[in-house]
Amino acid sequence: MGRMNGLVLSLGALGFGILYLPIIVMIIYSFNAGKLVSVWSGASLKWYASLLENDQLLSAFGTSLLIAIWAATIATVFGICIAIAFVRFGNFRSRLALSAIASAPLVMPEIVTGLSMLLLFISMESLFGWPAGRGVDTIIIAHATFGMCFAAVVVQARLRDFDMAIEEAAADLGATQPFIFLSITLPVIAPAVVAAWLLAFTLSFDDLVIASFVSGPGSSTLPILVFSKVRLGVTPEINALATVMILVVAVAVIGASWVLRRRLAARSPD
Amino acid sequence: MRGLVRYVAHLPAVTGRRLVIALPLIWLAVFFFLPLVETLQVSFTTPRRGIPPYAPLWGFGDDGFFTNFTTGNYALLLQYWSDYFGPALNSIKLAFFSTLVCLAFAYPMAWWIARSTEKWRTILLVMVMLPFWTSSLLRLYALIGLLNPNGFINAAGLWLGLIDAPMQMMQTDFSIYIGMVLTYLPLMILPLYAVMVRLDADLLAAAADLGASGPEIFRTIILPLTIPGIVAGSLLVFIPAVGEFVIPALLGGPDQLMMGKVLWTEFFRNRDWPVASAIAILLLAILTVPIIYARYQDGRVTATDRSERPVEAK
Repeated sequence: MGRMNGLVLSLGALGFGILYLPIIVMIIYSFNAGKLVSVWSGASLKWYASLLENDQLLSAFGTSLLIAIWAATIATVFGICIAIAFVRFGNFRSRLALSAIASAPLVMPEIVTGLSMLLLFISMESLFGWPAGRGVDTIIIAHATFGMCFAAVVVQARLRDFDMAIEEAAADLGATQPFIFLSITLPVIAPAVVAAWLLAFTLSFDDLVIASFVSGPGSSTLPILVFSKVRLGVTPEINALATVMILVVAVAVIGASWVLRRRLAARSPD
Repeated sequence: MRGLVRYVAHLPAVTGRRLVIALPLIWLAVFFFLPLVETLQVSFTTPRRGIPPYAPLWGFGDDGFFTNFTTGNYALLLQYWSDYFGPALNSIKLAFFSTLVCLAFAYPMAWWIARSTEKWRTILLVMVMLPFWTSSLLRLYALIGLLNPNGFINAAGLWLGLIDAPMQMMQTDFSIYIGMVLTYLPLMILPLYAVMVRLDADLLAAAADLGASGPEIFRTIILPLTIPGIVAGSLLVFIPAVGEFVIPALLGGPDQLMMGKVLWTEFFRNRDWPVASAIAILLLAILTVPIIYARYQDGRVTATDRSERPVEAK
């Protein structure tokens, strides 16, 4: 199988190359003094400096951050509800409806979700006067809606592994169900809850298509601004911005998986 | 906080249960299901100038009940067949081949990861997941810097003397496929890895001991046992790829029309919302079969091995 292994390794390496080469080249050129992307004209931090002075980019970053934090928080709370209903409540009456409606957003094309949400917001506005126009609040609602379905998947996986004996012991000792949930279940599934929140946050922070439909004047998110700039050509400031964002995520992901590995290793002896 | 805990702790259990089900159900019914109904409605109404740029489908005016029902938007899609169904077929074609290209890369990558030592497995899995957590828009933007006529690859090729003139890589099918791989490769690798890591190494050793050649082992053991992963990964890539907007918009040329891009143009540039809605309904109709099949697959997997923990994917 020697020849096979060679093929596997070279295709695999090429795959990782496609994933990483663009990022690596971009990071290198974000330190390029010149404006031209392909010509190296000396190392410089000037694009990072001009990034800090770009009020438009910074305010879009702030808008995206605000939206993502709210959307992820709402999504996580509702996602936990969905997960509990599926894992704990057995065959309740609306189970089929909930499972269909909570999994459809996972596979719905973004462009359809975005368009249909906008149409709903418009007809709601003409019927009840709410939401008045579109802006940060409508983007939060839209992001929370698909975010909760992803959050539910993450929490469900953890909830299935849960050792019910702990809860049964608490119930035998007279604790009520909601008390058990808050004092026992929630702390145990906390890592999954954090993961769900981070996933919903990332999905919201990176979303371009849905936000483009349901945003209003003055609520440009970072992806919307980046997209409008990128369409006009490659700009070195975006190189610097992307480098900062990708490095932040890389440190967070590598750090989290390192901590996770340590915890698993500590747990494995028993 | 303590007060809240005590308050919640004394709610009747049944009320709590109902609330846990009803809250997400109502939210999703209002903000996910109703919008789709509204889109279906708008796709059957007439466009008009004004805000919003379409007439209400039905309502009650001075003369009582009225309706603006029309099938004209769908007739328009049929009439300008090549402008609408051409992109639709192109979307399916590009999504199909993107799925195959992703599979061609993901299969050996997943195999490589699954057969690595535990330490390397963690490192490689993190390397697969890392792009997944970073903005795909920014990564596609980085790809432009690589593929542009004056981008990194052409500059390097000219400098090394491999090519005489810059290659045209942007605005071709090639750039779209690379963009799709960049965006969707992790979604293909993770389900494949999940089935491959469970594959019993003794089976392969036994087959080799009995004299099976590499290709024979692959065809009779590895391939059949990894089919569920292939199906799951392909659906995860194919479904979003059909409706993809950002990749054809950034990397494709004016000829690479896909449905997402046509819908976007109708909506934002032509401001013909009823036709945009009709395209959305058409897109959903195309995706109905794979979406339902994906749900069926999903149900089957969770029904057969509930104990198996799914890989941490989205």
